[in-house]
Amino acid sequence: MNGTPLLQLDKCTIRFGGLTAVSNLDLQIGDNELVGLIGPNGAGKTTVFNLITGVYKPTEGNITFAGGSLVGKKPYQITSHGIARTFQNIRLFSSLSVFDNVRVGFYLHLRHGIIHALLRGKAFFKEEKEIEQQIMDLLDIFNLGKFRDVPAKSLPYGDQRRLEIVRALATKPKLLCLDEPAAGMNPTEKVELMKLIRFIEDKFKISILLVEHDMKVVMGICRKVAVLDYGVKIAQGTPEEVQKNPKVIEAYLGEDHVPKD
Amino acid sequence: MARSQIILIVVVLVSLGVSLGSGRIDPYFLDVIIGIGINIILAVSLNLINGYTGQFSLGHAGFMAVGAYTAAMITLNVSSPWMFIPALFVGGIFAAVTGLIVGIPSLRLKGDYLAIVTLGFGEIIRVVLQNMEFVGAALGLRGIPSYTTFFWTFGLAALCTYIVVCLVNSTYGRGFLAVRDDEIAAESMGINTTKYKVTAFVIGAFWAGIAGGLYAHFKQFITPEGFNFMRSFEIVVMVILGGMGRTAGVIAAAIILTILPEVLREVAEYRMIIYSLLLIILMLTRPQGIFAWERKRKPTLSA
Ligand SMILES: Nc1ncnc2c1ncn2[C@@H]1O[C@H](COP(=O)(O)OP(=O)(O)OP(=O)(O)O)[C@@H](O)[C@H]1O
Ligand SMILES: [Mg+2]
Repeated sequence: MNGTPLLQLDKCTIRFGGLTAVSNLDLQIGDNELVGLIGPNGAGKTTVFNLITGVYKPTEGNITFAGGSLVGKKPYQITSHGIARTFQNIRLFSSLSVFDNVRVGFYLHLRHGIIHALLRGKAFFKEEKEIEQQIMDLLDIFNLGKFRDVPAKSLPYGDQRRLEIVRALATKPKLLCLDEPAAGMNPTEKVELMKLIRFIEDKFKISILLVEHDMKVVMGICRKVAVLDYGVKIAQGTPEEVQKNPKVIEAYLGEDHVPKD
Repeated sequence: MARSQIILIVVVLVSLGVSLGSGRIDPYFLDVIIGIGINIILAVSLNLINGYTGQFSLGHAGFMAVGAYTAAMITLNVSSPWMFIPALFVGGIFAAVTGLIVGIPSLRLKGDYLAIVTLGFGEIIRVVLQNMEFVGAALGLRGIPSYTTFFWTFGLAALCTYIVVCLVNSTYGRGFLAVRDDEIAAESMGINTTKYKVTAFVIGAFWAGIAGGLYAHFKQFITPEGFNFMRSFEIVVMVILGGMGRTAGVIAAAIILTILPEVLREVAEYRMIIYSLLLIILMLTRPQGIFAWERKRKPTLSA
């Protein structure tokens, strides 16, 4: 990789009172790269997401995306720069239909705003038609077209997770951050999801940062993995390298002996 | 032309027709009907804030007062029927600016806090009016010209409804509902939630101001007391009964809750108690609202 990477975290630290949730973290993601971020419970993975997407501001350090600094920007501004995310605990617009959930993601790309919505001229209807077509294309790719008018809250759990990904893609991001997309899925669904993430990477030519608890999921699809433990990056490399790393084994073994959830 | 615009034009034309023949309508009956139209504007506009955008405002009577006093002061000084619509408009603008001033700091607050701040705002407006000599203090303004007609009331009610419905039924407008459902997720979709909330607040306040102006030129006299908390509460009840975020339901509720006290004259005294009980029963049994009929959906849930 030459030149500056798409996303760069530079010695990022965030403290909540006495707790250092993320400490001195360096992380880089290149164009069209799929990076895994793993670590045991409470390691600070979600906090890294919240730093990147502007929910939290780093206590120290810098974050740059496509050349510009993200520090101090609001979440909605960061999304407009091309970073989209999903949430560990699904956050769909529960009363809105599947269609409308994705539609909200097109807000950023509207050419016509409030005045056109009121005047309802040709330009308005043309744009709404175009958006509808794009939404249906997206939904169909992910096999959600049949749920078009169903309220998001009544979708099966696995479909809700996928809808959240589709909704994020609707903002046309350069970087997609997925926070434990496989959480709560059964093994078959997890395999499906791995394929889906690979497919997104190929089809949309975007970069993906995948946070995952389940080592197997990450190891199966990422070429580059970073491991967090207590907010510190303890290893980085290819899945094979990381798996052999004694620090990683220790961090995970310590946890694997405890029955999960 | 869009279907929504055709409906708007038809309603406006029908209002004009009825208005021209309104001399033949029983005056008492006409009074009730104009009251309905004003309440429709109030309820539909509050519904944009409370229903669609999910911000619980209790200050609608305050914005109504700003519009009513502004418009009345104009027509009391420049008495000409031609001044009526400009006066209403200026009243709406004053109310909208007030909405902006109240909205920007307070819309950062969530839920209950916003309700308390807007309630306080409404009370402040009332107390300020009570102490302003040049608008009649507690005695209010009298002799306001009777300019409010059936046509203006329902023409403007139709326009208000058109604006809210068109706004919400667009990709831009889905942002309001997104803010209501989940602010954090909405921000992650690139939506400036503060801007949306303020937009809803300003549009809602503008129409409350317009309704206030219509009210002033309909009753011909206004007092600060007429815009107290109970008035705000009444409008909130209409929105909740109508099913928060369903314009047709909210209009139905506005109609029924205007007629009910007229029909049940003897119990009108206990209106607030009845409203409160109604709200409690509703919250327990039908939180989606009485008039919130299921929207028809294409039968697509096959899997
Ligand atoms: N807003 C906050 N205030 C205080 N502490 C916080 C806050 N957010 C996160 N933390 C703490 O930071 C640490 C890292 O949390 P984080 O949610 O990032 O972990 P995680 O790696 O995503 O864990 P999990 O696998 O359970 O999702 C935890 O100890 C958590 O309690
Ligand atoms: Mg997490």
